[in-house]
Amino acid sequence: MSIRMALLAILCDSPKHGYELRAEFEARTGSVWPLNVGQVYSTLQRLERDGLVTADEPTADGHVIHSVTQVGRLAVTEWFTEPIDRTSPPRDELAMKLSLAAVSDMVDVREVVQRQRAASMRALRDITRLKPSDDESFADAEAMGWSLALESLVFQAEAEIRWLDHVESRLVAQATRRRATRAEGSVSVSEDARRRSPRSPSGRVSR
Amino acid sequence: MSVQAVTGSGLVQDSSVAVLELRDVSKVYGESTLAVQALRGVSLTLQQGEFVAVMGPSGSGKSTLLQIAGGMEQPSAGAVSVAGHDLVGQTPAERAAARLSTVGFVFQSLNLVSSLTAAENVALPLELNGMASRPARAAAASALAEVGLEGCGDKFPDELSGGQQQRIAIARGLIGERSLILADEPTGALDSVTGEAILRLLRAKVDAGCAAILVTHEARHAAWADRTVFLRDGLIVDDTGGPQDPRDLLGSLR
Repeated sequence: MSIRMALLAILCDSPKHGYELRAEFEARTGSVWPLNVGQVYSTLQRLERDGLVTADEPTADGHVIHSVTQVGRLAVTEWFTEPIDRTSPPRDELAMKLSLAAVSDMVDVREVVQRQRAASMRALRDITRLKPSDDESFADAEAMGWSLALESLVFQAEAEIRWLDHVESRLVAQATRRRATRAEGSVSVSEDARRRSPRSPSGRVSR
Repeated sequence: MSVQAVTGSGLVQDSSVAVLELRDVSKVYGESTLAVQALRGVSLTLQQGEFVAVMGPSGSGKSTLLQIAGGMEQPSAGAVSVAGHDLVGQTPAERAAARLSTVGFVFQSLNLVSSLTAAENVALPLELNGMASRPARAAAASALAEVGLEGCGDKFPDELSGGQQQRIAIARGLIGERSLILADEPTGALDSVTGEAILRLLRAKVDAGCAAILVTHEARHAAWADRTVFLRDGLIVDDTGGPQDPRDLLGSLR
């Protein structure tokens, strides 16, 4: 995830030093993604190396003010207008866990699904309780950032729970189908056997 | 300490008594080989100021649970009491009377009376409960305002959109001094912003001292409840439990 472009976008408003930049980033995104100042400095160094920002001489109290360059501004405009790349999905531990649990006899995959669903539901509830009222959400840029960031977490948690519901109904449908096939299979095999060997009326063939 | 409040019907509520108690409730529909076991021993208690969401796949017994909690269905076994009053064994008329004064319903099917205006529909439970027409209409007007339908009181249901009709049904379910609100997918026809406004309203009603059960498929809506119970094949299989201390919430966030 690119804090690089987010920091550059904030610098487009006005030149800032590292601490100011971090404070502004956290304010505008509601501190949902905490940032340490070391990350900010290393990002600024890379931005400077790539010609997207310039650094002034340190001030008397030792702060280095960074300003965005023309190239940097263009890069921010492009970042705003281009969609985020979704072609290489990040690793998802839960998806991996369920894929493995579904075929493992170490655990009942429905229990895995249910435990996760309850945990995700608790997280969703706790996030929801932090949501400000509609009026408060639009009070200022900071409130707006907090509110949008929270809603993004709400929708992610919701998507995860819906996906778990879907996985569970797939598992149930599959189990039902398997039972039905097994029952059907045993009937047709036994009928077949009866036809072929009239002397054994039970005709049961174990599979 | 016990706080006492008197509802419109004169029913005394005691905060030490559970608003709703279901004890080992079972429900079987049909008989012998055709019998369907909708609930298999469900216990659930709601205190005043508590909001519980019920989630589970279709056919897990969610709606049956709500019907029994509201006294619209009798359980096959088990005990049901609302505000300390036993609903099992009462006559249908007694149950209807208890329901009218204490329980508010917001159901999937709207059941609006098409020959009555929006305000008349909303005022209906109060008027059936013996309130005079004028105060009932005044209460209906403010209930409509709460769901964002100011000025729609004189419209008939078929003059309003599906979402507006749904909000009339919600206003009707929430009107009056209900101690228990039962909601079954109340936000189905609403867009996400209006749906959230309705959930916030339900939350506010609970915070003001009633109790509510919300049956829903939408986790985002269940998230407004204090806890969520999960039903599967007529059994509660899991429960999120109540919320933690708000100061512990997402400690890393703020």
